[in-house]
Amino acid sequence: MTLVFSQLFTGISIGAVLLLIALGLSLTFGQMNVINMAHGEFIMAGAYTVYVLQQVISGAGVSLLVALPVAFLVAGAMGVVLERLLIRRLYTRRLDTLLVTWGVSLLLQQLARDVFGAPNVQTQAPELLTGSVKILSTGAGDLVLANSRLFILALALLAVAALTLLLRATPLGRRVRAVVQNRDLAAASGIATGRVDRVTFFIGSGLAGVAGVALTLVGPIGPTMGTNIIIDAFLVVVVGGIGQLKGTVIVAFALGMMQSLVEYSTTISVAKVLVFLAIVAFLQWRPQGLFTLRTRSLA
Amino acid sequence: MFRVRGHRTAATAAVLTAALMLGACGRTTGQGAAPQASADTSGATVKIGLLNSLSGTMAISEVTVKNALLLAVEEINAAGGVLGKKIEPISEDGASDWPTFAEKSQKLISQDRVAAVFGCWTSASRKAVKPVYEKNKALLFYPVQYEGLEQSPYIYYTGATTNQQIVPALDYLKSKGKTSLYLVGSDYVFPRTANKIIKAYAAANGMKILGEEYAPLGSTEFSTITNKVKASGASAVFNTLNGDSNVAFFKEYKSAGLTAAKMPVLSVSIAEEEVKSIGTQYLEGQLTAWNYYQTTPGKANETFVKAYKAKYGQDKPTSDPMEAAYVSVHLWKAMVEKAGSFDVEKVRAAGAGGGITFDAPEGKVTVDGPTQHVFKTARIGEVGPDGLISEVWNSGEPIKPDPYLKDYDWASGLA
Amino acid sequence: MTGPGTAAGRGRFRLRASQSRARTAAGFGLAAVALFAVAPLALGDFRLNLLAKYLCMAIVAVGIGLAWGRGGMLVLGQGVFFGLGGYAMAMHLKLADAGPGDLPDFMRLYGQVERLPWWWEPFTSPVFALAAVVLVPMALAFLLGSLVFRRRVRGAYFAILSQALAAAMAIYLIGEQGTTGGTNGLTDIQGFFGYDLADPANQRVVYFIVAACLLLMLAVARQLMLSRYGELLVATRDAEERVRFLGYDPARVKLVAYVVAAGMAGLAGALFVPAVGIISPALIGVVPSIEFVIGVALGGRATLVGPALGAVGLAWAKTALSEQFPAGWTYFEGLLFVLVVAFLPGGLGSVAGLVRRRRAVPAGAPEAPEAPPGVRPGGPPEVPSFLDPRAASSSPLEGTVDGAVDGALEAPAPGEPTREVAP
Repeated sequence: MTLVFSQLFTGISIGAVLLLIALGLSLTFGQMNVINMAHGEFIMAGAYTVYVLQQVISGAGVSLLVALPVAFLVAGAMGVVLERLLIRRLYTRRLDTLLVTWGVSLLLQQLARDVFGAPNVQTQAPELLTGSVKILSTGAGDLVLANSRLFILALALLAVAALTLLLRATPLGRRVRAVVQNRDLAAASGIATGRVDRVTFFIGSGLAGVAGVALTLVGPIGPTMGTNIIIDAFLVVVVGGIGQLKGTVIVAFALGMMQSLVEYSTTISVAKVLVFLAIVAFLQWRPQGLFTLRTRSLA
Repeated sequence: MFRVRGHRTAATAAVLTAALMLGACGRTTGQGAAPQASADTSGATVKIGLLNSLSGTMAISEVTVKNALLLAVEEINAAGGVLGKKIEPISEDGASDWPTFAEKSQKLISQDRVAAVFGCWTSASRKAVKPVYEKNKALLFYPVQYEGLEQSPYIYYTGATTNQQIVPALDYLKSKGKTSLYLVGSDYVFPRTANKIIKAYAAANGMKILGEEYAPLGSTEFSTITNKVKASGASAVFNTLNGDSNVAFFKEYKSAGLTAAKMPVLSVSIAEEEVKSIGTQYLEGQLTAWNYYQTTPGKANETFVKAYKAKYGQDKPTSDPMEAAYVSVHLWKAMVEKAGSFDVEKVRAAGAGGGITFDAPEGKVTVDGPTQHVFKTARIGEVGPDGLISEVWNSGEPIKPDPYLKDYDWASGLA
Repeated sequence: MTGPGTAAGRGRFRLRASQSRARTAAGFGLAAVALFAVAPLALGDFRLNLLAKYLCMAIVAVGIGLAWGRGGMLVLGQGVFFGLGGYAMAMHLKLADAGPGDLPDFMRLYGQVERLPWWWEPFTSPVFALAAVVLVPMALAFLLGSLVFRRRVRGAYFAILSQALAAAMAIYLIGEQGTTGGTNGLTDIQGFFGYDLADPANQRVVYFIVAACLLLMLAVARQLMLSRYGELLVATRDAEERVRFLGYDPARVKLVAYVVAAGMAGLAGALFVPAVGIISPALIGVVPSIEFVIGVALGGRATLVGPALGAVGLAWAKTALSEQFPAGWTYFEGLLFVLVVAFLPGGLGSVAGLVRRRRAVPAGAPEAPEAPPGVRPGGPPEVPSFLDPRAASSSPLEGTVDGAVDGALEAPAPGEPTREVAP
C-alpha cells in the first residue's frame, strides 16, 4: 500500500519535472511554432548558473534562491540572442528552425565542455532539500516524500500560476494571446508582433533556466544534460497541443504517472517504449495534440 | 567553360568526381597493398595511437584516460624513449560511437602504422574494434575494468576482470554479513554479465538477490527504482550503473532517506572523478570496488599523483582507469624492450614469456602471459568527506586474472 | 500557370526532357567512371572502404531528399529504417558465420539464450534476409505512414514523432540484449555470403556493390522526380490543401515517397554491415538520424544528387576534421549546420546557382535587398538543378503545417519556370 502511494507520488514528481522542462518550450512552440532544440541547453545554462554562483556565494540555500532569478535572466538572454540572430530569419520556414536550433545546441554543448570541462560538475544542495518528510507510518514501511521533489512540484506549480496570470491578466499577456491566435490580425491592430515574439522567447527560455536550477537537485549537471531530457519535453508539448498551457500541464502529469506506473510493474526500458507507442497512438486520435486552438486555418 | 548552360550536367559530373576523389583521398601515406600494415618504425620516433572518446556522452570519462596516457608517454620520452626512439602519440576521437572506434582503429593501423593502440572504454567499443585488431594483427591495450569472458590474442587488458573486482567485492559484503542484495545497473553488457556472476555467486554462498533493475544508459529518473530498492529491505545494493545515471541515482537515494549506514551501496563504476561530479554530500560512506585509489600508499603512487596534478591541475583527482591506462603504456614499453623490437608478434612473444612487470602506482603489476591480463590487488574503498576514497579492505596480494572464472566452481555454468 | 497539368507545360517538359536525357546519360556515365574506375585506382584499401561507408550514407540521403526535399516531410527517424535493414543483413551474416544449427557467438557468450529465437529463424535463408532488408523497413513505413498521413500529422508533429520512434527503437534494441546484442550491436561479422570480409579484394567488391546500388537509387529517384508523381509530390509539399481540392489524396502521395525513402535507408543499412562490419543501436537513435538530415541540407535538399553529395561531403569532413582536430569537430559541425540551414536553404550547391543567376540578371534589375542568399520572397529559391531539369521549379522551403496552406493560396504558383533566362 505504501509502495502504491509512493509510486503515485513518484508519478507526480516525474510529471513536475516534465512540466518544468516543457513549460518554456510550450510557450515558444505555441507562440511562434518554433521547435527549439536548444531548449535543453538553456536548461543546462540554468544548472551551470547554480554551479557558478556557488563559487561566489557560500551557503547552498542562499545560492539556490539567488540562482532562480539569475538563471531566468541568463537563459532568457540566450533565448533573445537566438531569436534575434537566427530564428527571426526563419519565420517563413518554421520547420527549419528545428534543424538550426539543433546545430545551436551542438555548439552550446561543446562550449560548455570547453568552459566547464567534460565531466559533470557538482553543486551543493541545501541540507533541507536532501532530506524527506514522513507522511505516514505503517507496518510495511514509512511513506516518505523527498523534499527536493516537493520543492520541484511547488516550483512547477508556481511557474504555471505565474505564467497563467501573466497571460490572462496583463496587457503583455493579451498581446501574446492575440499574436498566437492570429498573427496577421494582431499586427494589423497595431501590436508590434516582433517585440511580442522577443518577450515571449525571453520568458520561455528563462523558464528553461529555472528548470535547470531545479534539476541540479535531482540529476547530473554536465554538457549533455540537455540532450537527455529534450525529447521528453518535446513529446509533452506535442501531445499537449499548441497555444494552451493546460494541455502541457495535463500531459506532463499524465505521462509522469504513466511512466511511473508502467515502470513499477516492468522496467524503465519497457516503460519508455510503451510511453512512446502510446503517444503515437494518441496522435492518431488527436493529431494536433490534446487541446488545439480553434482557428480558421484549413490545417 | 561551365558557363554554357548545356554543360550543366558535365559540370555536375565533374563536381561529383572531384568530391568523391576529395572525399576519399585525405592522407595517402603508407598505403600499401599489404593487407597487414606493420608498424612504421623506420623514423627517429615510434608512433602509438590513443583512441578515446573526446566528444559525446563518454567523453566525461575517457578524456581523463587520454590525459593519463599522455603523462606516461611524456615520462617515457623524458627518460629516453623506447629502444632509443621517442614515442609520438597520435590521438583519435572515438566520439562515443562504436563504428567510429572501429574506423579510427583501422586508420591508426593502416594509415599511421602505429606500433600499438591504447584506449577504448565501453565494452561495446572494445567489441567493435576487436575484429579490426585481430584482422590486422595489431595490438590494443584496454585500460578499463570489464565483464571478462574475453581473451583476444591481440588485446592486453590492464583493467580488472571480474575475479579481481566483483568477486572480491562479494566476498567483502559476505564477510560483513550483507547477505541480501539488490542489483541496480545500466542496461548494457557489463552490468548484465556482472549481475549474472553475482547471482551465481549468491546461489552458491547462501546470499539472496531481492531484485534486479536496469536503466538505459543516460537515464536520469530513478524514483521508481529507489522505491523498489527501499521496499525490498535488502541489506546492501550492488551498483553497476554508469555515467550520468549515478548522479541521479545517488541524489534520489539520499532523498528517499536511505543512507550508507542503513543500506550501503557498493559501486564498481564510481571512481574519484565520478565522486567529484556526484558530490560527497550524497556519497559519503558508500563503498566502491577497484584496484587503485588516489590514496593508495606507496612511492610510485605519490610520484604519479604529483606528476598528474602538476600537469593537469591540483584539483584533478587520479582514478583506477587512469592508473590502468598509465600502466598500460609502461607495460608495453617493458614488453618491447624485452622483445628488442616493435614487431607485434615479437612483443606478444615477450609478453607470453612472462616476467613483464612494472612498479605501478597500485603496487607491482605483472602481465599474465596466457590470458594477457594483469595480476591486480582488489581493494574495497569508502568515500570520505573530502571526496577521496580510502581503502577499508584489500586482497593482500595481487589476484591472478581469470577472465572465464575457470577456477570457481560456482561459475561453471556461466561461460 | 504553366504547370504539369497544362498542355503547354507538358509540351515544354517533353522538349526539355529529351534534351536532358542525353545530359543525364552523360552525367550517370561520368559518375560511374568516377566511382568504378577513378576511385578504386586512386584510393588505398582503407580509404576505399571509408568511401563505401560514405556511399551508404549517400543512399539514405537520396531517400531523404525525396521525402523531405520533394515531399516536405522532415524525416528525423531514418535511423530506424537504416537499422532494420542493417540488422536484417547482420542477423543473416551472424547466422551464416555461426554455421547451421549453431547460435551466433554473442548469444552463446552471455548465455542468456539457449535456443535461437523464433524471429531469428527465417534469417538463416539468404533469400529471406535479402528481401527483408528492403521489405521490412518499407512495411513499417507503410504502416506508420498510412496511419499518420491520413490523420494529417504534419510538420513539426511528424518530425517529433519520427524522432520519438528512433529513440524508442534504440531503447528497445538495447533492452533486448540477449537476442539483439544490446548496446554492442551485432559485431565481428566475418563473411559475406561465403566470401571472407577480411580479404581486401572482397572489400573492394563490397565497395562496387555499394556504388552500383547508389547509382541505381539515384536513377530510381530521378525517375520518380520526373514522373507525374514527382510533380504531384512537390505540389503536395507546397500546397497540400490545393492538391486535395484537385481531387488527389495527399496522404497517398506522401506515403509513396516515405516508403521509398524507408526502403533506400534499409538498403543502405544492409550495405553498411559488410562495409563496416558492425551494426549497433548507436546508428539508430536520434543523433544519427539527425545527422542523416544534415548531409541532405548541406547538399541541397530538393535536388537529385545534392543530398548524396552532401552526405558524402559531411561524412568525409567528419573523418578528415576529427583526424586533425578531434575536439573541434563538434563546433564545425554545429556551425556549418546553422549557417547552411539558416542562410543557404538550397544547400552549399546553391552558391554556384546564385552566382550564375546574378550574372544572368541584367544590370540594374531590382534584387530583394533583405532576403538571405537563396531565398527570394514570394518565389522559389535558387537551387542548382544538377541532373534534374525540373528541380529549379520547386521550392524546398515550406512544407509545414502552418504557413503552407495560408501562404499557398496567395503565393504565385511554384510551377513557373524561372531558369529559362538566356545567359
